[in-house]
Amino acid sequence: MSSLYEEIKSAPASDIPVRQITVNVNGEPRTANVEPRLLLVHLLRQAFKLTGTHSGCDTTNCGACTVLFDGRPIKSCTMLAVQAEGHNVETVEGLASASELNPIQEGFKQEHALQCGFCTPGMMMAAKALLEENLNPTEDEIRWALSGNLCRCTGYQNIVKAVLWAAEKMRAELN
Amino acid sequence: MYPSRFKYESPKTIAEAIKLLDAGKGEAKILAGGQSLVPMLKLRFAFPEQLVDINNIPGLDYIRFDADGSLHIGALVRHEHLEKSVEITNRQPTIAAAAPLVADPIVRTRGTFVGSVCHADPQGDWAATMIALHGYLVVQGPKGKRNIDMKDFVLGPYANALNYNEIAIEAVIPAPKGVARGGYLKLERRVGDFATASVAVSLDMSSDTVLGAGFALAGVGGKTIDANEAASALIGQKLTDATIAKAAALVAAKAEPRTDHRGSAEYKRHIIETFVKRILIANSEQKVA
Repeated sequence: MSSLYEEIKSAPASDIPVRQITVNVNGEPRTANVEPRLLLVHLLRQAFKLTGTHSGCDTTNCGACTVLFDGRPIKSCTMLAVQAEGHNVETVEGLASASELNPIQEGFKQEHALQCGFCTPGMMMAAKALLEENLNPTEDEIRWALSGNLCRCTGYQNIVKAVLWAAEKMRAELN
Repeated sequence: MYPSRFKYESPKTIAEAIKLLDAGKGEAKILAGGQSLVPMLKLRFAFPEQLVDINNIPGLDYIRFDADGSLHIGALVRHEHLEKSVEITNRQPTIAAAAPLVADPIVRTRGTFVGSVCHADPQGDWAATMIALHGYLVVQGPKGKRNIDMKDFVLGPYANALNYNEIAIEAVIPAPKGVARGGYLKLERRVGDFATASVAVSLDMSSDTVLGAGFALAGVGGKTIDANEAASALIGQKLTDATIAKAAALVAAKAEPRTDHRGSAEYKRHIIETFVKRILIANSEQKVA
């Protein structure tokens, strides 16, 4: 199946300039030639082959494509790739180190916070944004912070527990 | 879903952005938060030839109360900036109540207040809030700046009074004569869904007397509904059971709800009346300094 990214590599529209952009993805500068209409989620998945970020509803509802943009969570299906020029983007691939899971990932494992796993990357990035602001969230605050992320397996209960687990571990690591 | 092809520019100044819009002759569109525009591009409800991205214009992300008490919101203030602003929480209760109800928390990090007002979605929270607050927009075009009063701004669904070569650079909420009170209530089936009905209420109070009031509705008509006429039931009065009931009935009469899967027209009108009462009762019980 040809993707938009591949299409524009071979046949750019003559009157619309393809531009080279550089985006700092998970701490590393990455460069691509993009047409303005390419969405950030497709830049990540198709150009950079970072397929951890999922494209779910494609209508700004489900939050599966959530990434951090300069530290704040955004829906990457609702931003143009060209807008990320010079900005920092964090994806789920940036969570774990070579040898260790991020506490949020560990929490998802410990609390069985996924069934099909489709919403998981978005849930974890939204949770990361919450925990960076508030390392001691209540259950209510977690539900509120994740209310832009849908889980079609309806596994919300365990997702909330996983974030509580991660928060506790991160607090313990601080002490 | 891919948008149709467009040209993209990201100017660094307002003047440069206006020049691009002017050259676009109506086929260029401003991209601010993009949380409504990008979905519309993908659905191809919108297919501009050019996008003018204003996100790289510095100095438009201010929330400022002037010495006279008026509130100024720059074109790049995101919903979450308002939600988290201590000054807004303390001084502008209608906006403080509406901010956490806009879309969902992730959309709120990106979408802008002024962009949402300009988008003029009949379901939109901020156009209704601005009408209830008797606000106006400062817009800039090739010939300079002008103000557009909110009562003249929303022309219909997704239609506003801006010329194609103008940018709304700031929203202004005039200072209250007394103390700003008010609230915002929205009924939605789930976070981020279109509202079944929303009510914005502003009050300008001196002790327990109402000096001014404003009402607007979203989700219950073909466009944002201006129900400011209902203020006549309250001005110069105290918030009593009788004045509250009268204002709520006047506001509900302005609604133009339609029966759909979110509820019957009758139900939605009932919700509007109930929400107006709830907001006014909550304000009548509040101690006014």
